[in-house]
Amino acid sequence: MGQRVGLEVSLACSEAVKLANVDVIAAYPITPQTHIVEHLSELVADGHLDAEFVPVESEHTAMSACVGSSAAGARTFTSSAAQGLALMHEILFIASSLRLPIVMAVANRSLSGPISIWNDHSDIMAERDINWIQYFAENGQEVLDLTIAAFKIAEDKRVTLPVAVNLDGFVLTHVIEPIDMPDQKEVDAYLPPFAPQQKLDIANPISMGLVGVPEIYTEAKKACQVALEESYGVIKEHWDGFAKQFGRQYNPIETYKADDAEILLVTMGSLGETCMSAVDQMRADGLKVGQVRIRLWRPFPADDFLAAVKGAKSLVVMDRALQPGSASGPVATELKSLLFDRGKQMYVSNFVAGLGGRDVTRADFAGMVKKTMEAQSAGQQMACEMWGVKE
Amino acid sequence: MADSGMQSWKSLALGCAMTEPGTSKRFNTGDWRSRRRPVTDREACIKCGRCYILCPDMCYAPDPKAEGFYNWDSFYCKGCGICIVECPKDAISWQEEKEEDKYGPACGS
Ligand code: SF4
Ligand code: SF4
Repeated sequence: MGQRVGLEVSLACSEAVKLANVDVIAAYPITPQTHIVEHLSELVADGHLDAEFVPVESEHTAMSACVGSSAAGARTFTSSAAQGLALMHEILFIASSLRLPIVMAVANRSLSGPISIWNDHSDIMAERDINWIQYFAENGQEVLDLTIAAFKIAEDKRVTLPVAVNLDGFVLTHVIEPIDMPDQKEVDAYLPPFAPQQKLDIANPISMGLVGVPEIYTEAKKACQVALEESYGVIKEHWDGFAKQFGRQYNPIETYKADDAEILLVTMGSLGETCMSAVDQMRADGLKVGQVRIRLWRPFPADDFLAAVKGAKSLVVMDRALQPGSASGPVATELKSLLFDRGKQMYVSNFVAGLGGRDVTRADFAGMVKKTMEAQSAGQQMACEMWGVKE
Repeated sequence: MADSGMQSWKSLALGCAMTEPGTSKRFNTGDWRSRRRPVTDREACIKCGRCYILCPDMCYAPDPKAEGFYNWDSFYCKGCGICIVECPKDAISWQEEKEEDKYGPACGS
């Protein structure tokens, strides 16, 4: 049996990586991810974790080193945020196209400029199409659990893809929370040692990362994309397995008071918990409001989402990143496209909120719901709105 | 683009890895050559070996039947013209080539 401890969420992430018994960590510190790699470097230096810690000179090198170590058959972890994640950009595609099961924690932070160290999702949204599995944690326990599960999913022979675990910068990374810390035996029972499907091996040589001429590039991309789509079932399987082992269940789409709701707020990441509290308040005020939380962002769980919103009349969709020049934020674009494809008519409002670390309160959620209800009953379409922007 | 060299996405190795060695031997860069090929005039050739050394695709190999001369390889010659520029005696020149003759026997062999 594990024990309940009070721990900063960043350290809970590092402890999950230690429990996963990684072989290689290559990372460059960047706010608000710093504590994750700092603690890992301490664990390695103090002999608590038998791994190589590669203190690289940039994030581009961090991801490159991860590609090399994963290709050599080592269980590999890294972490980054914002500009650091952006500096990894080109290598992120290579990690997935080479089918390397690297796990990365992204401590979500706004991209400059202006320079901001605070939280939003602009960093990961700029990496939306990297063909990685991408999911979001809402609190510290989830960060620990989903980091352990990430290795299990990534390394499954039916998947063999990298996984990005997203945790909101500061809102999660720098907060001390009670965490149920599993013991090593339990984690070992869930997560066996990494047995790579193929690796760089002198005894059995292969070449990775070759040129894909026009005759082969399309097929290579197809194979990689299908692997991501088909990872959906394996993700569910391993989250269910996690529940059996540890008693905590995760699902691609989760809901809160959604069953009889007419209006559903859609959130992703740590906004979800504030939103739950706002839903409670609005329910007490007699509004039939509920919440849908997107946990799995890529591959997008289309059927689960549609099942979750089946009974509702309208959606109030939160985005924590802009999609300049487009009619909606990235999450709302995804959802509107899905609703259209499946011939489902719903009233959808879209608010870009919480940019650059600006707080989103219960009153904000209530305000968004009110505005949506008024526009809907007046028969007005709503444009995507940057919530709270000072005119 | 011809269908040759294409294969189903389902048949690719994981991550498009190459699981056998030496496959670039089968890479027909001669397919890139367009309408002309280099031809060596052995009367003018002084056997200096510059074409042999400087061809980026290693298309010239020592002629086992005529010492000092070099045979040209139509399968790999992509028609860049470097050998023509580098030959100190202008012994190599372009000759028109029809598509159907492209993969004929290597020159001089
Ligand atoms: S044309 Fe270029 S590729 Fe062909 S033989 Fe000359 S140097 Fe080599
Ligand atoms: S470079 Fe010209 S002279 Fe020298 S070996 Fe080749 S063909 Fe002969």
